[in-house]
Amino acid sequence: MADRTSETPPSATPKPDPDALRGDVVRRARIDASCRGPVMFFVLTAVAWLLIGSLLAIMASVKMHTPEFLSDLEPLTFGRVRTAHLNTVIYGWSSLVGIGVLLWLQARLSRSTLRFHKLLYAVGILWNLAIAAGTWALLFSHFDSVEWLEFPVWTAALLGVGFVGVMVVSLDLFRRRSKHHIFVSQWYLFGAVFWFPILYVLANLMIHLGMATGVAMATANWWFAHNVLGIWFTPIGLAAAYYFIPKVLGRPIHSYYLSLLGFWTLALFYNWAGTHHLIGGPLPVWLTTVGTVASMMMFIPVITVAINHHMTMVGHFEKLRYSPTLRFIVFGAMSYTLVSAQGSLMALRRVNETTHFTHYTVAHAHLGMYAFFTMAMFGAIYYMVPRLLGREWPSATLIRIHFWTTAVGIFIYFTGLSWGGWRQGEMLNHDTVDFLAIVDYLIPYLWSRSLGGTLMTIGHVTLAILLWKMWRGAEEEAQGPAVFKEEPAKTKILPTSDGEEEDS
Amino acid sequence: MNRTFSLLIGVVLTVAASFVGLVLIPDWQLDPLEPVEAPDGTLRPQAPTGTVAEGRDIYSQLGCIYCHSQQVRPPDFGSDHDRGWGTRQTHPLDHIHDEPPLLGTMRTGPDLANIAVRQPSRSWHHLHLFNPIITSPGSNMPPYRFLYEAVPRTDGAPPENALDFPPEFDDPDHWWVPTDRAEALVDYLLSLDHTYSIEGDP
Ligand code: HEC
Ligand code: HEM
Ligand code: HEM
Repeated sequence: MADRTSETPPSATPKPDPDALRGDVVRRARIDASCRGPVMFFVLTAVAWLLIGSLLAIMASVKMHTPEFLSDLEPLTFGRVRTAHLNTVIYGWSSLVGIGVLLWLQARLSRSTLRFHKLLYAVGILWNLAIAAGTWALLFSHFDSVEWLEFPVWTAALLGVGFVGVMVVSLDLFRRRSKHHIFVSQWYLFGAVFWFPILYVLANLMIHLGMATGVAMATANWWFAHNVLGIWFTPIGLAAAYYFIPKVLGRPIHSYYLSLLGFWTLALFYNWAGTHHLIGGPLPVWLTTVGTVASMMMFIPVITVAINHHMTMVGHFEKLRYSPTLRFIVFGAMSYTLVSAQGSLMALRRVNETTHFTHYTVAHAHLGMYAFFTMAMFGAIYYMVPRLLGREWPSATLIRIHFWTTAVGIFIYFTGLSWGGWRQGEMLNHDTVDFLAIVDYLIPYLWSRSLGGTLMTIGHVTLAILLWKMWRGAEEEAQGPAVFKEEPAKTKILPTSDGEEEDS
Repeated sequence: MNRTFSLLIGVVLTVAASFVGLVLIPDWQLDPLEPVEAPDGTLRPQAPTGTVAEGRDIYSQLGCIYCHSQQVRPPDFGSDHDRGWGTRQTHPLDHIHDEPPLLGTMRTGPDLANIAVRQPSRSWHHLHLFNPIITSPGSNMPPYRFLYEAVPRTDGAPPENALDFPPEFDDPDHWWVPTDRAEALVDYLLSLDHTYSIEGDP
């Protein structure tokens, strides 16, 4: 077994009562076995979309500094490739992996086995086919330029219908939870499972079926696009952080009451912030003011979450050396604080005047969706998959490569475009600077993104190789439920599971 | 069960409230907007029809919006007015016929709300779309050559709508002719004029 990939240093192993531990281990192994097929399906197809999305991303990125690159093929023109990038990484990678993690967390936290496997496979297949067809339409056919909602309405309908299955299964787990107590992560997951379909269906009705008119379509657009970040991806990312940090450390979350406050203020304020995407735009001023105020109020949930996570980590930072899960999750949690604080400031009129139409926003977007959400999901994968497949990761070196390429890649991406984007905004606001001089100024920064993006993509390929090896190995060994056979090894890597008894 | 129910109510109410506040109320507030009469007696804005509507569709599916906004900011906010991108802030009324409005959130390229006023030349737009470098050295806008058709050169006269390249960009083997899609896209660009006056702020 590859010790260095275990979740805790061997020396830190506590010595709990062996019988109780054994009961827990068996129960958890049974839950993990029940999740194995469907959750692995969501995770593996999500990673496939991440690879496709990364390829499209690099194409879009290169086109911005080298516009002649693949320019004679209409399906590969910048506007189409960029749109395909966004939709494959948002609906393909982020949502599919989010659903997988959500189901597994919900099963673990409810202490119930996952049921309705056929329904889940049907949902997974439907989502994958719908995303594939939708992406085909973005590249080869017609689409409306409504950011974040470019998929044709029939694709959206399929995704919406499919999601009902996720709601059913998730609520079934929640209903069968074995303890009356609701864990922090469960609130977030419970919220997300309702929020996403409400947002998605209403936004499609208002925009694609034309129930709103004119500029109200734009407010509907940003009400959706902001909320899908704030009350679909963010809750899943936070649920993962709230679960894994205490779990890997084997200690309870710092304060239950802070987390309560964090959850409800997020639910209250995030919803009202969407119009900060339209500051300076053709709207009644009260609308964008509401967005700015709600964005400032977001400091409350963000600070509470930051304190809670930090206080839980204090004194245990050395564990980052041993646990890949913790490394990715802590990277994600810290980025969450950073991206949210940055976002609140960007919603101030005077700041937004500079940043709004620039690459600064794109840098913020990737700090959120990548450094926070994607890294948190990588962390979840490193914890979940060995338990689902009942084997250890085959190579600590590959995990290290994955971590450092993605961490350094997103660092380059973020710093380059933040600096370049801020200067771009300042120059745009000075009419004495010729437009072409701004274009010229940005080229090196756009190159830095291609560099960062290439590193990130190398990391994604590494993850895919690791998963492939795990999956192949598990297939070869599979005779009966692998989890039970692997029990001794699992006892070794699960001693920190006591955290689950607390508010994890 | 009781806890679950209150959680559910809280979750649904928070999102429903914002939907009413940020989507339904603005829709209701903006719904009564009517076109205004221009000095020449016609109504503004005009709903896109014919090739302009087709061009709008092409603009949408080629993703021009991901580099170009179509909204002029207020005079004290940014330098839109000083750059000559518009003479007044864009008003919700400007977009009553736009489904969906192509406001955009990026200015990798300049704002296009009034491009017809700033750049009224058809042939300029065709050369620029064919290869932006021709008119704008150093531009990183993608070339849209696939909207043009190559016709082998003969000794005779070029087709009447063939692009007229500056010498250093001349193609010795072909004439390049705009397709219907290129013409429609330029028709659309030449319809983007929001300089008529509207009373009051948004
Ligand atoms: C990758 C970003 C990008 C995309 C996509 C893009 N443009 Fe541009 N566009 C620019 C840049 C940069 C400029 C400024 C330099 C120049 O004139 O080429 C520009 C300039 C323009 C101008 C001239 C504006 C002026 O003030 O002179 C027009 C018109 C235009 N673009 C139309 C379009 C249309 C139509 C599309 C879609 C078919 C499109 N652009 C797609 C980046 C882009
Ligand atoms: C307190 C929390 C946050 C606030 C107040 C906030 C605020 C903002 C603001 C003001 C913008 C710029 C809009 C513009 O000028 O065009 C923006 C864009 C964006 N934010 Fe945040 N942000 C927050 C957290 C997050 C998080 C957690 C994520 C990711 C999970 C995220 C992802 C994005 C993305 C993807 C965009 C770009 C949207 C687009 O233009 O397509 N943000 N945010
Ligand atoms: C592999 C590395 C990546 C690269 C090189 C990359 C590159 C790009 C590029 C070039 C754009 C277009 C920006 C523009 O229009 O100006 C973009 C937009 C976007 N990408 Fe990525 N991307 C990468 C990974 C990801 C991932 C994994 C996610 C999500 C999980 C993501 C989410 C987004 C979002 C939300 C936008 C829209 C931003 C906005 O409108 O402000 N990207 N990306």
